[in-house]
Amino acid sequence: MRVFVEGVGLLGPGLNGWQASRVLLAGDADHIDMPTVVTVDESLPAAERRRIGLPVKLALAAGRAAFADAQRDAATTATVFTSSAGDGDNIHHICSTLASPQRDISPTRFHNSVHNAAAGYWSIATRSHAQSTSLCCYDASFAAGLLDAAAQIEVDAQPVALIAYDQPYPHPLHAVRAIGASFGMALVLTPHATARACASLEVNFMPGAARATRMADRGLEAMRASVPAARSLPLLCALARGTTEVVILEYLADSHLHVRVAPC
Amino acid sequence: MQPLAINHFSIVTSLGAGSAATFEALRQRRSGLAACDFETAVLDTYIGQVQGLDEYRVRSDLGVYDCRNHRLAEMGLEQDGYAAAVAAAREKYGTARIGVFMGTSTSGILQTELAYRRRDPQTGALPADFRYAETQNNFALADFVQRYLGLQGPAWVVSSACSSSAKVFGHAARMIAAGICDAAVIGGVDSLCLTTLYGFHSLGLLSRAPCRPYDVARDGISIGEGAGFALLERAAEKTANCTSLLIGIGESCDGYHMSAPHPDGTGARLAMQTALDSAGLKPADIDYLNLHGTATPSNDASEDKAVYDVFGSAMPSSSTKGSTGHLLGTAGIIEAIISMLAIEHDLLPGSVHTQNVDPALHANYLIENRDARVQRVLSNSFGFGGSNCSLVFAAAS
Repeated sequence: MRVFVEGVGLLGPGLNGWQASRVLLAGDADHIDMPTVVTVDESLPAAERRRIGLPVKLALAAGRAAFADAQRDAATTATVFTSSAGDGDNIHHICSTLASPQRDISPTRFHNSVHNAAAGYWSIATRSHAQSTSLCCYDASFAAGLLDAAAQIEVDAQPVALIAYDQPYPHPLHAVRAIGASFGMALVLTPHATARACASLEVNFMPGAARATRMADRGLEAMRASVPAARSLPLLCALARGTTEVVILEYLADSHLHVRVAPC
Repeated sequence: MQPLAINHFSIVTSLGAGSAATFEALRQRRSGLAACDFETAVLDTYIGQVQGLDEYRVRSDLGVYDCRNHRLAEMGLEQDGYAAAVAAAREKYGTARIGVFMGTSTSGILQTELAYRRRDPQTGALPADFRYAETQNNFALADFVQRYLGLQGPAWVVSSACSSSAKVFGHAARMIAAGICDAAVIGGVDSLCLTTLYGFHSLGLLSRAPCRPYDVARDGISIGEGAGFALLERAAEKTANCTSLLIGIGESCDGYHMSAPHPDGTGARLAMQTALDSAGLKPADIDYLNLHGTATPSNDASEDKAVYDVFGSAMPSSSTKGSTGHLLGTAGIIEAIISMLAIEHDLLPGSVHTQNVDPALHANYLIENRDARVQRVLSNSFGFGGSNCSLVFAAAS
């Protein structure tokens, strides 16, 4: 399945936007580990803005940046959201409250506990009625999202935005599910080459396990290995370099994705 | 869309285990709802609980996945010859050509709720026997189902609240149309937990009586649990067991509010219209609507506006949540299966517990069962975050 990359959004530790990160992802500058900078989506109504947690902010900021890069209307574009854990801080608060004698959980915490909270707030912020889905595939959440987005484009011949994000759990869940950092990324993908398209991706599901493409930089490789959404980094590197190359993404125990990246 | 054959399905809810028990309960207008006695919950509400889960254990080789949600999943996989039908498909297509797309809202979160009660008083650590990846994580459900059935194709979980297991039909359809899969195991499992019971309580959305969809006195939902699965293949691969085809899907967002539907039903209307368009049908081609019909004042009013706009006021319709309760992430697949049972048996299920249909609503709302020829059904599932999905099923013959 072949799709085209029209826009990219990226927020991670020391990765402050796609344009600023391209140079270091291409290998021409050193990556410096700094906390992820997340901006708040000003297009959300103030009441909603007060209610959202950091993972939703990450998803919205990455998505907004990708649409700005693509210069495409977010209100009419289908979306695939993917995350391993969603809002872990929120789940921690709910489970803590439910384990206490007084079980009154907050209504806002409850409606924010749905895995599609990011998609819900996105559709409110962008005033979108377009088709949207919210996936989880543990460590392979990015690969699953990419496969689903590519299949949607192949079948429906319409653009799709893929938005992947993850946020560390607080203690004590962090001990049983260690996610290394706050990370959000987004790709606006199209069925045909457009004036804004920078590359094509040929995405193929392959039976059998394969070794994933790694990052040369040790810090970026640690990020890739410890954040499900950061499994996208080798693909982003290939886009930053602007060369033709194959990226292998681990998928399930007995499968992987073979992605051929080519500039256009 | 290219129609898909639904060659097999299986179902477990508080109405019983298996299609025969489910249909018999619908025919007899029996409800699975009873006063809430779940775990340590102290709430004045009704629930649709599946019996036998406390004693059940998942298959021993998958013991690390054992939790209420996966016990319910396994119970579902073993009904109606479903696991055997998948095994036959596995022989036909190979393990890597069958996808697994599951819907769940809360996965095995009950396991985490219980673990939080056993935190180390000094360190706050969770107990050593807590298995996050195999129980709490949303993907755990698809992981369990894939391993249980011995499959190796694409798999993921869709978690979009109460539309989750309706949307998996769309994912499967796209993966088959794109040529990545030849068949798909789809479905949903959601089990009772304190997060949803106390969560809906916090929103003031739990009825203190068994829920009464579309009733003038409706005052909230009853939460239930269930598991449902379907096996989808290309229409050309239709078997003698196949009674229904999936012929249309429509998905949309409200873009309005996280936990309240759009008052004008904008997103719901778009989902239904898109589903009809994808099936190449006119509204009059539909024989019965299985409504989302949660029995909250706002959901039913909003859905009714949308249905009236698309279908007018004559279309026979009902919600089956008075029978099963609101199954949240499982509602989509369970109501899809009820829609297919309606087609198979030519029976429109009346809404149990609803006494007086709200005169402010336009719907031709059925409160008694009706025998009628049923060729095509549209089923609605709407969720938090304004996530909407409508499905259209047609008789296979």
